[in-house]
Amino acid sequence: MNPAQTPLPSTSLGQVSVEAIIFFFIFIAISLGITYWAARRTKSTVQYYAAGHGITGFQNGLALAGDYMSAASFLGIAGLVSLSGFDGLIYSTGWLVGWPLIVFLIAEPLRNLGKYTFADVVAFRLRATPARIAAAVGTLATVSFYLIAQMVGAGNLIRLMFGLPYEVAVVIVGCVMLLYVLFGGMLATTWVQIIKAVLLLGGAVILAFMTLWSFGMNPLALFQAAVAKYPAQNVLAPGKLVSNPWEAISLGLALMLGTAGLPHILMRFYTVPDSRAARTSVFYATGFIGFFYLLTFILGFGAMVHVGQAVISAVDKGGNMAAPLLAESLGGTAFLGFIAAVAFATILAVVAGLTLSGAAALSHDLWVNVVRKGEVPEAEQLKVARYASVALAILAMVLGITFKGQNVAYMVGLAFAIAASANFPALILSIFWKKFTTNGALWSMVFGTVSTIVLIYFSPTVQIDILKNTSALFPLKNPGIVTIPLSFLVGIVVSLLKAEQSAQDKFAIVEERVHFGAETTPQK
Amino acid sequence: MDDRKEELKKVSAERWRVALTLSVCMLVIYFGFILLIAFDKPLMGSILTPGLSLGILLGVVVILSAWVLTTIYVRWANRVYDGKIAKLRR
Repeated sequence: MNPAQTPLPSTSLGQVSVEAIIFFFIFIAISLGITYWAARRTKSTVQYYAAGHGITGFQNGLALAGDYMSAASFLGIAGLVSLSGFDGLIYSTGWLVGWPLIVFLIAEPLRNLGKYTFADVVAFRLRATPARIAAAVGTLATVSFYLIAQMVGAGNLIRLMFGLPYEVAVVIVGCVMLLYVLFGGMLATTWVQIIKAVLLLGGAVILAFMTLWSFGMNPLALFQAAVAKYPAQNVLAPGKLVSNPWEAISLGLALMLGTAGLPHILMRFYTVPDSRAARTSVFYATGFIGFFYLLTFILGFGAMVHVGQAVISAVDKGGNMAAPLLAESLGGTAFLGFIAAVAFATILAVVAGLTLSGAAALSHDLWVNVVRKGEVPEAEQLKVARYASVALAILAMVLGITFKGQNVAYMVGLAFAIAASANFPALILSIFWKKFTTNGALWSMVFGTVSTIVLIYFSPTVQIDILKNTSALFPLKNPGIVTIPLSFLVGIVVSLLKAEQSAQDKFAIVEERVHFGAETTPQK
Repeated sequence: MDDRKEELKKVSAERWRVALTLSVCMLVIYFGFILLIAFDKPLMGSILTPGLSLGILLGVVVILSAWVLTTIYVRWANRVYDGKIAKLRR
């Protein structure tokens, strides 16, 4: 390796790369092997949705990190840093600080009160049918928008990195992740997340190490080199990303509280045996995710210095190829192939986690508890869960192809804003507030979902950037600062208007179970 | 029986007090960082030593504080809270 290598004038990105395909097939072979192993153990719903509660805290910590560190955070943040420097840190910190809140307020009550989904917690002492319908709406809205963003990102990335046509890439991602979810359930999905997290962290560490090598392992020397290379840009200072303070607070709130309302993240707390393991898993996840964001910051500056902004934005305007380009510049096409395969694995794992949580909302919440009122044989529950995952996989592929060529970056923000406005307030109020009622939960969640979608539609992102109008009715790009407090308010006011005696009576059970949990033992 | 109820109430109140205090710490640290960026960009861009601006230092501090707060909670819960709850388990 020659650390002082000058930026490559051309890149092999976008051509069919033998190395990338070899690494990719190794990953697919291993993950399908795991799926085969997991499928033989997945015979009941507790195994399908919760991996039999048999995952350890450390393993779940890695899997949470794997579920959370999407291609958007790996490629997107590195790209944002490479083009604008400091501003990438605003996203990194926002995406991390939700995790401490999860462990302080949510992880343990969630594990102790629920069974497979966060709707279990909301519906615990409320009337099951309306509460579950509302929670399923919040879940499916979050999952759908997140899926669109991931699928469109997947199609673009794979086209850029492997030279595959967009539609082929979307269909490959949809089919492979469906195999994990359909046959291996939560056990296979968990191990895919763990392997992906290890690969992603490992790849980022190696890349950061190679980046810092020529700077005597001193990040400050790297940052200084970036300052010297782009003296006019002030790369170490906040740039254009945050100009309006309200915008900044709104984005921050949505990133922070949205993390604590993401259904596929919440669902992972049921894979561990008890609330202590749930707590431990967030401890590890916070460590891994924070470390990963520090690495992406270094990778972004590395790409800025080693590759150069002109090359990065020539390959992809958004800068998404900064990390792969850095890998190519430092380690040649073989290393590029490895990083490309890791990015592919990342997308597969995140999409699988999303699909599984959407399938749980459709089958466990809607079919089993709403349509059939809870009296359903195991075999039927599993069958419905599998149909639901097939339906969601098809939906994901259709959405991915429908939104081809659209700028869908805002959809991740939309998913976080819905999670923060629809899921988070109802979850918190149902755990902590005795007087919370079914109607309060229903209206809070419906209001959170609808108001977020409406305000994003009228935001500058959609009106000006996408529809090319000259002005937008709603001034903020992210509606969190309006929708999150209002969703809390709606939940509280509606609950106070009409008391629900049975929900108040059952709060005594919540107060016990939130600490002791239901007696559960690991089932293999 | 009533003693147990009283004791559980105490443990529960303590658990939520710890959780809320730490949550407020996290909120203050993070939004302090965001508001500094929003209101005083030149300050955040001021260079402390070549290659390091105040903004980058504080960003790293936010990440470190997330680790520290999580560690404080997990240690407290593992050592204090779990023990008290175990005694109250029926």
